[in-house]
Amino acid sequence: MRVKWLAAAAAVLFAGNAYAAEVSPAVIYDIGGKHDKSFNESAFAGEEQFKKDTGIGYHEFEIQNPSQYDQALRNFARRGYQPIIAIGFSQAQALEKVSKEFPKIQFGIVDATVDAPNVRSLVFREEEGSYLVGMLAALKSETGKIGFVGGMDIPLIRKFACGYVQGAKAVNPKIEIFQNMVGTTGDAWNDPVKGGELAKSQLSRGADVIYTAAGASGLGAMQAAADAKKYSIGVDSNQDDLHPGSVLTSMVKHVDTAIYSANMDMKDGKWTGGAKVLGLKENGVGYTSDQYNKDVLTADMKSKADEAKAKIISGEIKVHDYTADNSCPM
Amino acid sequence: MNAADFLDVVNATLRLSTPLILAALAGLYSERSGIVDIGLEGKMLAAAFSAAVIAALTGSAWLGLLGGIAASLVMAMIHGYASISLRGNQVVSGVAINFVASGLTAFFGQAWFGEGGRTPQLPMTARFGEIDFPGAQAVADVPVLGLVYSHFISGHNLLVYFAFLAVPATWWVVQRTRFGLRLRAVGENPAAVDTAGISVAWMRYRALMLTGLLCGVAGTYLSIAQSAAFTRDMTAGQGYIALAALIFAKWKPWPVLWTCLLFGFLDALSIRLQGVVVPGIGAVPVQAIQALPYILTMILLAGFIGKAIPPRAGGMPYVKER
Repeated sequence: MRVKWLAAAAAVLFAGNAYAAEVSPAVIYDIGGKHDKSFNESAFAGEEQFKKDTGIGYHEFEIQNPSQYDQALRNFARRGYQPIIAIGFSQAQALEKVSKEFPKIQFGIVDATVDAPNVRSLVFREEEGSYLVGMLAALKSETGKIGFVGGMDIPLIRKFACGYVQGAKAVNPKIEIFQNMVGTTGDAWNDPVKGGELAKSQLSRGADVIYTAAGASGLGAMQAAADAKKYSIGVDSNQDDLHPGSVLTSMVKHVDTAIYSANMDMKDGKWTGGAKVLGLKENGVGYTSDQYNKDVLTADMKSKADEAKAKIISGEIKVHDYTADNSCPM
Repeated sequence: MNAADFLDVVNATLRLSTPLILAALAGLYSERSGIVDIGLEGKMLAAAFSAAVIAALTGSAWLGLLGGIAASLVMAMIHGYASISLRGNQVVSGVAINFVASGLTAFFGQAWFGEGGRTPQLPMTARFGEIDFPGAQAVADVPVLGLVYSHFISGHNLLVYFAFLAVPATWWVVQRTRFGLRLRAVGENPAAVDTAGISVAWMRYRALMLTGLLCGVAGTYLSIAQSAAFTRDMTAGQGYIALAALIFAKWKPWPVLWTCLLFGFLDALSIRLQGVVVPGIGAVPVQAIQALPYILTMILLAGFIGKAIPPRAGGMPYVKER
């Protein structure tokens, strides 16, 4: 109720402003849930930031099962909210349908491309960020073995894995990399027990750094690494504070800033549809370095990663995008 | 697979089959007394939640365990009241328990911690950690015996040992004690037990208390021993798998152990085989590997167990003849 009230208040407040488009943002989280400390939570953070800076409230919905995608989008569109941002690739089909039904409403989607004039597609170059954390993992590893725990087995997650492998092999061509996926359905984003088991299996085979790209399932993998006094790498949000001293770094994907600027663009009348690709250059992805991981991430490692970052931005290093041809050359 | 991989799979098997063993034994007490229990899943879930919350608030794994058992007992008694005292439909009551547990845990989790039904991550001190037996490191290099001692027997958490000890204990209680004789009788022919002057209702309530206790330990294991927090619907169908294992095992304690170990082993194998290159075929797709436990279960169910005959009075509320 408070959110609605805020939105109403904001509507009154901005009624006289001729330049501002009607902005009443809405966000639809994916199955992992708003508080997955990772991907969806990053979207939540972006909306919260927008609310704090502008006083404009937002509407939100958490998907419980795939049959709700259409309903949730249609429901928000019918009420005239915009921009309506769908989080996660699995909402693409529903959005394709609903965006045609409501051509005057502006939509956004994260992690997928929907080809419609009223949709802004926000996609990230996860492979570039993953390349950097792959390098850091290989630099940190003492055993020459590292692991990757993915959520659902889809091209997007393979893209993370492929960038990670390339980065690690750039540092140590002989490095061994174990790759596991939690599952093949949406539930794979929310199964920390299975994530933990996969990590334990990799740890017992000698891996000493584990990168997770598995939403809430990744929390189990990171816990397993912390229990074994080994290292893990977080994903999407900054997860360094989960297990200080064990989390090496996090591959952040700035869903928050992408959503924030989408809302801001709408508010300032600068909204555009089409695809926005966010990589290292656009500061859409990156790795974290803060007070929680300062003891494990050395200056030498950071300078190597930053050097590679500059080379990726300049185009000197080309990181292969798995989704371009559905294969990983490494 | 080499020796190290084998050790890894065996240890994962022990970890993964522990909650199944506990839940299946819980179901054994209930079903042997003539109460069908679909609600194992719900009781485990309630226990997992309660244990995680109490461990998070007090910082004590033991209080967490007590909390888990208490929550599971409450659920078991609700099931008992509905199906013994009120003579309601036991399947309906069990299903209701599952729904209530799933909804309430997510609801309270969100209301108290605001993290989408998750509870805070627990520090190592608030969990059941792995116990290293004395001398485990010293004898690790002794062939076979030392290896078995240091890798399989030592280095698990307390609840794993509890689960494996619960099997012989259950066998002894069911087969060798007066309580066990009456328990079996009340599930086969409650009228005869009643004639002997023993209260059928009280017998069944006591059986359900044991069910609640064991489910409580199973749930506690999930949230504060195997992992470090409660997550929404974290039981992920294990209560139903335990029920299947119980039928598989024809309601007998030792076969329960073997079937649960088998299920745990298949699960562990599916984790370990992921991404492994099979000679001549190449890397097996994740989907195929993850379907493996279910396919094998179907084959075993269809061909190998023979006829499973449930306790004769199972599912029927007892009504005294007037």
